[in-house]
Amino acid sequence: MAASSRPAAGGPVISLSKVVKRYTMGTNEVLAMRGVDLTVQTGEMVAIMGASGSGKSTMMNIIGCLDTPTSGAYVLDGVPVNGLSRNQLADLRNQKLGFVFQGFNLLPRTTALDNVELPMLYDRASRWQDTRSTAAAALTRVGLGTRMDHEPSELSGGQQQRVAIARAIVTQPTVLLADEPTGNLDSHTTVDVMSLFQELNEQGITIILVTHEPDVAQYARRIVEMRDGRIIRDVPVTDRHNAKADLASMRSEDDLVEVA
Amino acid sequence: MKKITLFKVATQSIVKNKLRTMLTMLGIVIGVGAVIIMVAIGNGAQSQIEKQIGNLGTNMIVITAGSTAQGGASQGAGTFNRLTIADADKIKLNSTLLTAVSPVIVTRTQVIGGLGNWRTGVNGVSTDYLTIRNWGVSSGELFSDDDVRSKKKVVVLGNTVATNLFPDGNAVGAQVQLGRSPFTVVGVLSPKGQTATGNDQDDVVLVPYTTAQDRLSGFSFLAQILGSTASTAVIPAAIEEVKLLMRDAHNLNGGNVPDDFTVRDQTAIAAAATSTTSVMTGLLAAIASISLIVGGIGIMNIMLVSVTERTREIGIRMAIGARGSDVLTQFLIESIVMSVLGGVIGLLVGLGGAAILGKFTGWATATPWSAVFIAVGFSAAVGVFFGYYPARKAASMNPIQALRYE
Repeated sequence: MAASSRPAAGGPVISLSKVVKRYTMGTNEVLAMRGVDLTVQTGEMVAIMGASGSGKSTMMNIIGCLDTPTSGAYVLDGVPVNGLSRNQLADLRNQKLGFVFQGFNLLPRTTALDNVELPMLYDRASRWQDTRSTAAAALTRVGLGTRMDHEPSELSGGQQQRVAIARAIVTQPTVLLADEPTGNLDSHTTVDVMSLFQELNEQGITIILVTHEPDVAQYARRIVEMRDGRIIRDVPVTDRHNAKADLASMRSEDDLVEVA
Repeated sequence: MKKITLFKVATQSIVKNKLRTMLTMLGIVIGVGAVIIMVAIGNGAQSQIEKQIGNLGTNMIVITAGSTAQGGASQGAGTFNRLTIADADKIKLNSTLLTAVSPVIVTRTQVIGGLGNWRTGVNGVSTDYLTIRNWGVSSGELFSDDDVRSKKKVVVLGNTVATNLFPDGNAVGAQVQLGRSPFTVVGVLSPKGQTATGNDQDDVVLVPYTTAQDRLSGFSFLAQILGSTASTAVIPAAIEEVKLLMRDAHNLNGGNVPDDFTVRDQTAIAAAATSTTSVMTGLLAAIASISLIVGGIGIMNIMLVSVTERTREIGIRMAIGARGSDVLTQFLIESIVMSVLGGVIGLLVGLGGAAILGKFTGWATATPWSAVFIAVGFSAAVGVFFGYYPARKAASMNPIQALRYE
């Protein structure tokens, strides 16, 4: 297992080939993925789109090592995921993946710093020495250096999502997985969070995000669209938006409104 | 995750839910507290019972003359009367384990005086007799060693005799006639009641054994020699010692001659005491386990609710890399910490409650250290036992479903 060796820049970190996922819901059999091939290179920022029931969530679960394919092969950063035990999957999630969810999913009544520290505490390879300062550095990186002692209930939605992003990147994951990260945010905060994603991507973090908003997808470098368990479109983003610039123009618009 | 970190995480969630934690612990607090109070009262009662049984004379041993056989037919113990004052003196002088020794001469006579006359048993005894029998006087006093030496004609009346002859209670100082000799009443015994076989122990009079030999029985053999030890524990050793002394006194040493005397203790009474004690202990153990089980079920109930309530938290932890064993340990530690904490608080409540109860009711209460350790150990075991199922339920959750749980 090449667990620690990171492929050279531009090499594949995620490779799905002929992945099929079959569920049984009651008496019905559901084919959520019907033979999906997908390769994601290091440093990419991929938006996965599709209607509900298209299979995009299932694919995210498989990429996130929360679920395993019924058939087909999945290799994450050189590690074949098929046939791994629950514990091995847990370790893989801890060491190679960072998760950002739609509902933020922070631990309630727990400070931002404690939330961000948590993934390092579950590390079995003991890679982290000073977990407190590492967590603090991650919070500073997402612009929340001054709110480390706040609990989620004391933070706005955008701030909570920033804490969640800090928690996801604190372990220096190979891939950052974001499942509808802006689904619970207003348009202004959405752009704000997307600018953070873009910034992190510029710094070299591979990002895969699921969204059903075309506007959000325009911030990615590549769009993968799914329908009925298959990829129907896989294109690079031609007219890529810059979230930081959008944010600046939104601010000036706000200013105009205020002046008016 | 390191154990110390897991412990921290587990205690954090306990602290974060103070009210729930306190309500959960209440079951264990009450359970352990009740057990401690029960054991304290039970123990107090037990020592009270032991004391009362001690009053019957459990520390007493009885030496009677041995059996003889006439023409091959054994005549039973006591038929060959070879117990003498010399035997009693030898035992009293040489025994290291017997703290009191008294010869007993038994005869019957008519007591005349006071309102009329009364036929009763006469026991000729030494001054140790009342100590051995755990007996006392209700008025007056026992005759002295001087009275024994000088064969004084003094008598102590049993309660039954005293109430029949002197119903007004002015027996002490009165003159009574035993057989043909006048005796002075120096004391009246406190009532002792019946023996297990229905004999009235108060229907007796005590006189110095020297006087009894001289004036009443006319013979020098003893019916029995009574002795008592400081504690029940040394009785077997004391019996062996007495046997050696008696064999020596009767010149039986060296030869292959059987004992010509019998030494008995009150094993029946001691056995009754033991069985009373064990029944009591069993009863308390039953109460103990019931209340702790109820407390444990309370913990399991809350832990199950807590696991359901925190499904999303479990999902988050798993998504970021917690193994099933990490989640299991976290919840297990949580329930153990709660139950042990409850056990310790219950212990304090129990000790305080027992002390207060003892003060207000006047019952003797005593908490043995073993009960303290068992109570706390038991509550920890309850935490493990009743915490395991909810913890395993948490650990075996599917992270995808747990994350989606609303």
